[in-house]
Amino acid sequence: MVVQAPTNSKPAEIARRTVQILLVPAFLLLLWETLSRLGVISPQILPSPTRVLLKWIEYACPLEPYDATQTGRLAWLFSGELPHDALATIFRVTVGFLIGAGLALPLGLLMGSTKSFYALFNPLIQILRPIPPIAYIPLAILWFGLGNPPAFFLISLGAFFPVLMNTISGVRNVDSIYIRAAQNIGATGSTMFLRVILPAATPYILTGMRVGVGVAFICVIVAEMMAVNNGLGFRILEAREYFWSDKIIAGMITIGFLGLAIDAGMDKINRHLLRWHRSLGC
Amino acid sequence: MAEHASPLVLVEKVGKIFFGRQRQTLALEDIDLSIGQGEFICILGPSGCGKSTLLNAIAGFSLPSSGRVVANGKTVTAPGPDRAMVFQEYALFPWMTVAQNVSFGLEIKKLPPDEIRKRVDALLEKLHLREFRDRFPKHLSGGMQQRVAIARALALDSPIMLMDEPFGALDALTRRNLQEELLRIWMEFKKTIVFVTHSIEESIFLANRVVAMTYRPGSIKKIIPIDLPYPRENSSVEFIRLQQELTQLVMEEQLRHQKAETAASCESDV
Repeated sequence: MVVQAPTNSKPAEIARRTVQILLVPAFLLLLWETLSRLGVISPQILPSPTRVLLKWIEYACPLEPYDATQTGRLAWLFSGELPHDALATIFRVTVGFLIGAGLALPLGLLMGSTKSFYALFNPLIQILRPIPPIAYIPLAILWFGLGNPPAFFLISLGAFFPVLMNTISGVRNVDSIYIRAAQNIGATGSTMFLRVILPAATPYILTGMRVGVGVAFICVIVAEMMAVNNGLGFRILEAREYFWSDKIIAGMITIGFLGLAIDAGMDKINRHLLRWHRSLGC
Repeated sequence: MAEHASPLVLVEKVGKIFFGRQRQTLALEDIDLSIGQGEFICILGPSGCGKSTLLNAIAGFSLPSSGRVVANGKTVTAPGPDRAMVFQEYALFPWMTVAQNVSFGLEIKKLPPDEIRKRVDALLEKLHLREFRDRFPKHLSGGMQQRVAIARALALDSPIMLMDEPFGALDALTRRNLQEELLRIWMEFKKTIVFVTHSIEESIFLANRVVAMTYRPGSIKKIIPIDLPYPRENSSVEFIRLQQELTQLVMEEQLRHQKAETAASCESDV
């Protein structure tokens, strides 16, 4: 039986939901704008939303006028400061996450499926896990200097533990009925692992990946504040030195939207990979 | 009967003890059963009587504490595809489509892809699942899922089929449909079926012999041959007589069970 999600696509319903979503943010923006305009709050402390928006546009737009002899149109369109920063941040998150998750996944699979490995590694992991990645900043700089390497280190550390812990519990919590059914069919060894245990553990593993990306995104902003000279995290710290509070807020909003986009992307990938799963009504 | 000539499944003096934290439970005691080629055996008893334990011993999921099970001429030491199992909870792999579930066992046997496709198609056709071949199990009703589980078991091409209350969770109509379907399959493929159930009516409808079990420790109370011709009519005089006889047997055990429970709870109260 296919269960249909209650979707109501009448225009009136869409309008109602849009109003519902925008009501509170719009009210707060209006309040904020009024307070700034009336001079209740100094624009140095909290610039008005319109000023932030103008700054954001300025930040996002190309610095030079378009010159066909120099660059292509697309390259020109992305030549502004914000696109560069955003790309640098995305690049660091991606590399750091791939390293962290790439190490955590095999270790987690091994620890989840082999009791002796679990017994060997678990004590160490339980000690290291509570240390926030940020506490590694001094060591990261000492070991890797400045630039991308310490950033990659911190980001991968942030992604590592959520992926590891979830992979371990995913493998350990595989419903025994699947194991029995597979044994009955004749599955052993690598077939059992790759075609039964691994897919049965994917809901857990993907949850770990989604949390891991979230932590990695926090880590990238922090890492950019100390060791590099571009990226969104660097830019908002730099703006503070010039008292550009409008640029700080514009940068923060960009970080917010980027984080949202990354999470939505992960959700979409998860939904596709777990399209067989009961809890997804599609 | 044929089973004396060449038993396909031989249960010899099987006993099973479960070791709990505080006490041990004697689940099976001294079970002797010989099942011949092509027989349809129903193991009947109240829940907790050890009928699933007996089936698991034959399947190899949980080996007996004493005695042994011989299936296909070999002593059972582990689960294997020569004793295909159909579980009450269907146990389909939810990440595989209907066709993938059915073909998994054949891929493990390393059959050529053409052969696998041919066999899977034939089985899906047989069980009226053709238009669902690329669906995931979650899109199917319970009855459909159990059809897929039966197709998956048939694909293994094993002489023995073990079924653990396979229709227990289905509504009456679907249940009857699948019972009739199973009888057709049993006759066509000449399977030997060991079928666990707590439904008296189901056991008379299906089996050549009904093995009624006692309650804890589980042992064989009585084996009742059912010689009615198929398809069976549950309103026939003989059917009703058998139903009464088996009800009597099961009730006796249920009463014994209740007395034991009461006695146990009194003990713990003191």
